[in-house]
Amino acid sequence: MKKDIIISGVGGQGIVSMAAIIGTAALESGLNLKQSEVHGMSQRGGDVLSNLRYSDKPIASDLIPEGKADMIISIEPLEALRHLPRLSMEGWIITNTNPYNNIENYPDIEGIISEVRKIPNHILVDADTIAKDLNARRSTNVIILGAASEHLGFELAVLENAIIKLFEKKGSKVIDQNITAFYKGRELAHS
Amino acid sequence: MEKHLLMGDEAIAQAAIDAGISGVYAYPGTPSTEITEYIQKSEEAKEKNIRSSWATNEKTAMEGALGMSYAGKRSMVCMKHVGLNVAADAFVNSAITGANGGLVVVVADDPSMHSSQNEQDSRFFGKFAMIPVLEPHHQQEAYDMVHYAFDLSEVLKTPVLLRITTRLAHSRAGVAPRLITREQNELRLPERLTQFVLLPSIARENYKTLIHNQEHFKKAALESGYNSYLKGNDKSLGIIATGIAYNYLQENYPNQEIPYPVLKIGQYPVPNEMLQEIYDECDELIVFEEGYPLIEEALRGSLNIGKKIKGRMDGTLAFDGELNPVKVGKALGFPEPEKRPVPDIVVPRPPALCAGCPHIDSYKAINEVIAKHYSKGRVFADIGCYTLGALPPYSAINTCVDMGASITMAKGAADAGLVPAIAVIGDSTFTHSGITGLIDAVNDGSNVTVFILDNDTTAMTGGQNSAAVGNRLEDIVRGVGVAEEHIRVIRPLKKFHEENIQVIEEELNYPGVSVIIPRRECIVVLDQRMRQKFKDKTQ
Ligand SMILES: Cc1ncc(C[n+]2csc(CCOP(=O)(O)OP(=O)(O)O)c2C)c(N)n1
Ligand code: SF4
Repeated sequence: MKKDIIISGVGGQGIVSMAAIIGTAALESGLNLKQSEVHGMSQRGGDVLSNLRYSDKPIASDLIPEGKADMIISIEPLEALRHLPRLSMEGWIITNTNPYNNIENYPDIEGIISEVRKIPNHILVDADTIAKDLNARRSTNVIILGAASEHLGFELAVLENAIIKLFEKKGSKVIDQNITAFYKGRELAHS
Repeated sequence: MEKHLLMGDEAIAQAAIDAGISGVYAYPGTPSTEITEYIQKSEEAKEKNIRSSWATNEKTAMEGALGMSYAGKRSMVCMKHVGLNVAADAFVNSAITGANGGLVVVVADDPSMHSSQNEQDSRFFGKFAMIPVLEPHHQQEAYDMVHYAFDLSEVLKTPVLLRITTRLAHSRAGVAPRLITREQNELRLPERLTQFVLLPSIARENYKTLIHNQEHFKKAALESGYNSYLKGNDKSLGIIATGIAYNYLQENYPNQEIPYPVLKIGQYPVPNEMLQEIYDECDELIVFEEGYPLIEEALRGSLNIGKKIKGRMDGTLAFDGELNPVKVGKALGFPEPEKRPVPDIVVPRPPALCAGCPHIDSYKAINEVIAKHYSKGRVFADIGCYTLGALPPYSAINTCVDMGASITMAKGAADAGLVPAIAVIGDSTFTHSGITGLIDAVNDGSNVTVFILDNDTTAMTGGQNSAAVGNRLEDIVRGVGVAEEHIRVIRPLKKFHEENIQVIEEELNYPGVSVIIPRRECIVVLDQRMRQKFKDKTQ
């Protein structure tokens, strides 16, 4: 198995924890893993991205070559499009539909969504609204992870364990919230 | 063996702990910060009593590490690439003194300038100082190289430079630490007690030793295994790849061997015979280096009359910017993968000051006073979160060059007649490199107004402790000779805007050195502190 995944969003949206969950799942499955992320300047409300690669063979580059990513998972729709050249022509784009509007000239959201729809393999989830409904506002990223879960190549139990591991220290309530969020996202990907 | 998922920075930190360091000395700077942070958070490091608090700047860090080496213990010093400019005096001279306890200098370069002012290549600094340089290509190699670097340093009595770049620093992979770790050294002074006395008479002798050692350094680079020659049948091309460029090369040949001979470089100075071998064997060469063309330039020479050498200098690769698998593939003649363009609707999302940031209130006040009384173009700023004030809607600053340059450039401009000149500098940057400039301004009675933006932290790099905040800043400013009545502390908050404007007007009117300290905690750090407090309470 080999997967190359771009995770994108805005600084502070929980990209690092999403990458950590998938990374843990990959390690627990005995796969090789490389995960690079951007720190520093761009974290200050700018666009951020993580390159996540796992494979049963050794992985050479920390960066995914352009045109080669199997998937873009994005916590923000504009950011999903920013990294489009990295996606392979058969790749999946799985994104939140909720804009994170911290710039003056944020484009028309309908226009953004219709660009996403042009990619044959896409999944759109209104993760913020679901998070609100579930009373788990901080779980937006896990909902999107759920929506992507079918394409990650892991057994459900492996992902579930990875979520538990990440939130272990925060107690059972937070774990439950995130497991619920994960399955809600997964369910929505099918509707 | 169990593998741990570690960033390159973390692998280096764990290796240093395992290799028996007694101290790490560092000033924060992306992408090097996490090395020291890892050691600061490590329980193991605490138990072993490894000193790890932040230094005031890279020069004090380098000298601290050198002092620990003098005393016979192992020390590591970490910084970003431009930090080495600040530490350069100590660094270059440490090559002349040599080391006693193992001394490893870790420098993280930032090609493509993700968070930096330039993309200088620290391997050149290593060459300049004439010391061994190591350049790992993956996280495990980074871990192993730290152990090797300490050995090399102690055997050959030299500081060793470990050079990494952003992608390795901030990328995670499985790393297997060694099961057998090393004890720290005992206190042990240099055998020759004049080794570290760089009087000309002694320095000349030490320098001869350093020159003589070059052969040992090359021999080490031949024997360590970090430089290797990989055979290939197709001799029409020879490939030289250094550090992580080797990964990008491999990425282009998935599950198959590279048909050309490859010289993989991870240790400098590169022995001539290794270069000679691949040069003789192949029709032409291509050089992949993450950074400036160090090996390429050496091979090509000024006259460029030998075989064809391709790389950054002949335009096969762009001269600037970091490498990636596609750039390397293209240079090797592979077609570019098919891809979609970025849709036109996408607009940039630049980093910005956080909503509620104290710097915003400072800039609003400064902008208003300038608009009211003076012409634009007189605000000399520095490096930190407040540099983001250069962008709209604030467009508040006119310079940002290197740490500390705000005060000294404002002084120079004021000397030239641009009065009043305004300097804007953060608390951490002020203690890093601002104090000496302020003394210059006081000594000359320059007409400058210096804002020291005290947000209680080193925010840009993630909220590390600053060397001096709060009252200590006033003490320092007073101590260097700024008149008491021209040291003004203000609260950068909307409700004090009018008051603050008045203070700024008064001080800009004063034709000497004034210091205004807008003081309010960074809201990100405040938020973290509050959450921690809540956690402590509920536990
Ligand atoms: C020589 C050098 N060392 C380190 C850095 C990295 N760096 C950039 S800004 C900064 C911290 C600035 O802190 P401060 O002046 O307190 O401003 P703040 O970010 O808190 O507003 C650091 C360490 C650098 N650019 N140059
Ligand atoms: S991190 Fe702190 S200092 Fe930096 S922009 Fe945000 S509030 Fe301001």
